[in-house]
Amino acid sequence: MAKITYIEHDGTEHAIDVKPGLSVMEGAVKSNIPGIDADCGGACACATCHVYVDEAWRDKTGSMSAMEESMLDFAEQVEPNSRLSCQIKVTDALDGLIVRMPESQH
Amino acid sequence: MVGAGHGAGMAAANLRQYGFAGPITLIGEEPIPPYQRPPLSKAWLKGEADEDALTLKPESFYAEHGIDLRLGVRAEAIDRGAGRLRLSKGDDLAYDILILATGARPRRLDIEGANLEGVRVLRSAADAEALKAELGPGRRLAVIGGGYIGLEVAASARALGADAVVIEREARVLARVANQTLSDFFKSYHEARGVTFELGAEITGFEGANGRVAGVRLGDGRLIACDVVLVGVGAIPNDELAREAGLDCTTGVIVDEAARTSDASIFAIGDVTLRPMPLYNRLFRPESVPSALEQAKQAACAIAGRPGPPSEVPWNWSDQYDLKMQLAGLPFDVDEVLVRGDPANAHFAVFHLNQGMIQAVEAVNAPAEFMGGRQLIGSRRVIARERLADPSISMKEVAA
Repeated sequence: MAKITYIEHDGTEHAIDVKPGLSVMEGAVKSNIPGIDADCGGACACATCHVYVDEAWRDKTGSMSAMEESMLDFAEQVEPNSRLSCQIKVTDALDGLIVRMPESQH
Repeated sequence: MVGAGHGAGMAAANLRQYGFAGPITLIGEEPIPPYQRPPLSKAWLKGEADEDALTLKPESFYAEHGIDLRLGVRAEAIDRGAGRLRLSKGDDLAYDILILATGARPRRLDIEGANLEGVRVLRSAADAEALKAELGPGRRLAVIGGGYIGLEVAASARALGADAVVIEREARVLARVANQTLSDFFKSYHEARGVTFELGAEITGFEGANGRVAGVRLGDGRLIACDVVLVGVGAIPNDELAREAGLDCTTGVIVDEAARTSDASIFAIGDVTLRPMPLYNRLFRPESVPSALEQAKQAACAIAGRPGPPSEVPWNWSDQYDLKMQLAGLPFDVDEVLVRGDPANAHFAVFHLNQGMIQAVEAVNAPAEFMGGRQLIGSRRVIARERLADPSISMKEVAA
């Protein structure tokens, strides 16, 4: 299990254990954490699972595909550490990961 | 809630997120908790996603959040006067607020042999499991209907090593939902991967041997031999319960922008609804997951006493082979169609315009066109056609 801390836009923190193999998005959705909609269920088709990866974790979460990059390019409130959480696979190496959520996914 | 599919599961989750504290009961005919249907024709069918990936929430979620899941149970009737629901099993259930999320069922063909073993539809996880068990190397699949479901299943069947033939009544695939450019593109992409097509073909019946399907008989007399058939010819809303209770229905249950039916204490969401489409000034039955999820939020907000969510531009997606197709908007009142990019590179988008405003976009491996298009559809801006048609100008610039 990897402990991941999801921080809502209003500062509410949710620290949960996520099974390696799931995506960071799936970890949030299965625990009903508000702020990640993930309407397409992880098909990289909707950009409603946008998160900001904590600076300390940017390298470990890997690089973006061209698809993810294009999708994010049009999302609201994009920052250099923006990612689509459906595209980050949870591994043991991500134990301790912190992600923050934007104000809105739409 | 009557129905325990994707929409109902999300409505329950949203209600808890929004602070609704009352008891929630989900009544579902299927034996399993809410799950996602889109992968059933795509990643799941190809074996790239497991059950866990389909499940919306772990089973413990429902008990932890005071959501009573009653599975394998059917709602038989709504007594609106008494605020009670009659169930196929157990006592009547009293309600203050009801959400109908009964979905739709696959249309079946009323032709000879339709009940033969091996003539299948795809809607539920059980349907998908039965279909998957029949696909594999050397198996011959006949798909009736060249819509998105049919094409997705044909692509998945090829990935599993099965042969696939798509039989379509119209002269082109996706005839009801897409324009000629897309139809031509998908047909040739599938053909290059071994799928064959019978277009403009009428089906007169299924022929069998020992009670099992062995072929599809066409109107011109030919028999297309096969081992399994998928009938993908559309869906019928499960609106009978609402109809019998006297709620306003036409094809589907009519709802407003808060997903409320003609009875203020009854909401309806998902494929069973005929809903307002604010950008297009009409009612429509989108039959899409994003629409169901938007309505789940609308209903949950209304019930929890929160302002409704911002109105979304309708959208949907389809995965076939290595293609990601994304659709935004609806091609209503179109007076001009414009193609950006080259279908030959499998990277293009078809824009549908009305008086210079984008009504809809169908994007193939073109996420920027989808995302930029979706924003422009919502903005109702008149766009510069020549810039939109020029792929050397980025979508970011076009949308700016």
